[in-house]
Amino acid sequence: MDFNLQASGMTIMTATTRAAEAGPPAPLGPLLERVRAGREFGPNVYSTLDVLRVLYDRVLRITPATVDDPDRDRFLLSKGHAVAGYYAVLAAKGFVPADWLDDQGGPDSRLGDHPDRLLVPGVEIGSGSLGHGLGLGAGTALGLRAQGLTTPRVYVLLGDAELDEGSNHEAIAYAGAVRLANLTAVVIDNDSASHGWCGGIATRFTVNGWTAATVDGRDHDALYAALTGQDGNRPHVVVAVVREGE
Amino acid sequence: MTMTTMREAFVDATTALLGEQPRTALVLADISAAAFAPATGRHPDRVLNVGIREQLMMGVAGGLALTGLRPIVHSYAPFLVERAYEQIKLDLDHQGVSAVLVGIGASYDRAAAGRTHLSPADVALIDTLAGWTVHVPGHAGEVPALLRATVAGDGPAYLRLSTLGNDRPRGTDGSLAVLRDAGPGAPLLVAVGPVLDAAVAAVAGLGVTVAYTHRPRPFDAAGLRALAGTEVILVEPYLAGTSARLVGDALADRPHRLLALGVSREELRRYGSAADHTRWHGLDAAGLRRSVSDFLAAGR
Repeated sequence: MDFNLQASGMTIMTATTRAAEAGPPAPLGPLLERVRAGREFGPNVYSTLDVLRVLYDRVLRITPATVDDPDRDRFLLSKGHAVAGYYAVLAAKGFVPADWLDDQGGPDSRLGDHPDRLLVPGVEIGSGSLGHGLGLGAGTALGLRAQGLTTPRVYVLLGDAELDEGSNHEAIAYAGAVRLANLTAVVIDNDSASHGWCGGIATRFTVNGWTAATVDGRDHDALYAALTGQDGNRPHVVVAVVREGE
Repeated sequence: MTMTTMREAFVDATTALLGEQPRTALVLADISAAAFAPATGRHPDRVLNVGIREQLMMGVAGGLALTGLRPIVHSYAPFLVERAYEQIKLDLDHQGVSAVLVGIGASYDRAAAGRTHLSPADVALIDTLAGWTVHVPGHAGEVPALLRATVAGDGPAYLRLSTLGNDRPRGTDGSLAVLRDAGPGAPLLVAVGPVLDAAVAAVAGLGVTVAYTHRPRPFDAAGLRALAGTEVILVEPYLAGTSARLVGDALADRPHRLLALGVSREELRRYGSAADHTRWHGLDAAGLRRSVSDFLAAGR
């Protein structure tokens, strides 16, 4: 990320940053506060929120009325710990009642620290153990293709540290090889992988035949362009770069 | 005339099912890919060979099932069940979807390949999960009907195929079938799948009832209660004792003695043939005879 952009008076960027610092606008902000309930949130919650907002506001073809429609887009949260913002977005969009947020993780709650698709409407996969979403997403994309469902797209949200899990690389290589064109991976890069990704994250995908876009993970228009930037012939990855302190 | 193997019977039945049922899909990790080449040509969208990637194989199966397909997942037993165990647990069970797993290799079919290709613990590992059906056919002739019925269902299932087996198929519904009746109260020997012939030979001349099943899960507890007296002998072609807890549960209100025979946990570090390993694990007729005789004598 380029700090000089802000220092040199990029007002739009500055405004975006200030909005992020202040938390998301209503109704999402208050809903997130209900999930938080006075607890400390890790940085992963906020680093994921902008991507979730752009996806659910502008990209995904899914509503509470279409959660079982075979023709819906699929959103798979692979980094299942990034759940607070996810639950808040699902509540904001009407997939789950806002009341559910108040006792997240409680004995009678349907909202765990990782999401369970059997307990939460709109949740496509149960996740938590890292490295499962992309394989499930590849299978979902293949299943849609085998049934002639060419409209829906499968989006899988991962983290840069999650890419440490080798299972992701099985899926990346295979999806590229078979040109799984209805699959988009979104990698939140908050620089949390212990050993980093020398040479960049996007190259792990592009070398296997994916298209890739690396963008500022807080810039909604850039995210939208990247998230809709697939070429229709190959799987697509969006690397959303988020650095703390910006 | 060449005998059809269980693996060949599985390939033929699966190829037919793919043509008959658009809901059926097959996921491979290179193993048997050549045998499925005709099916791949006819159904390229539903026969998916992911390469040597077992985690992905199971993840893809979970994803296919999430879209409503009925995946059959096939590989060598250790790679299918042991290597991808977390994917079985999470990408199938935890997602509330299921698949039909079909393993070959069994406990020591390819004994000369060594430990990496032996999978005596596969059924025990599947047994850590809830709601699974496990079929252990004793003959290639049992495979097509088992596979068809399993694929037609909705639940999770594991078919454990082997190059070992009995001289002829036994068409049963999975409940305990009495093949040799020594009368009321006689010791009951339960043989699972391929070990039946050796077990029957082992008890020649002994007053032991022999019952067969190809379906250790769900275990026929009611059948066991109806047939068992106070002495039960389990003979299983995988890890010894895998079904012992179920016998214990079924007979919890009845004083009884149990002998649970099967493959030992010890790594033998020997090659040779499957027949050699059967003998070394005491699962040939002579070895079983020694174990059963000692067990019965100890109770007299």
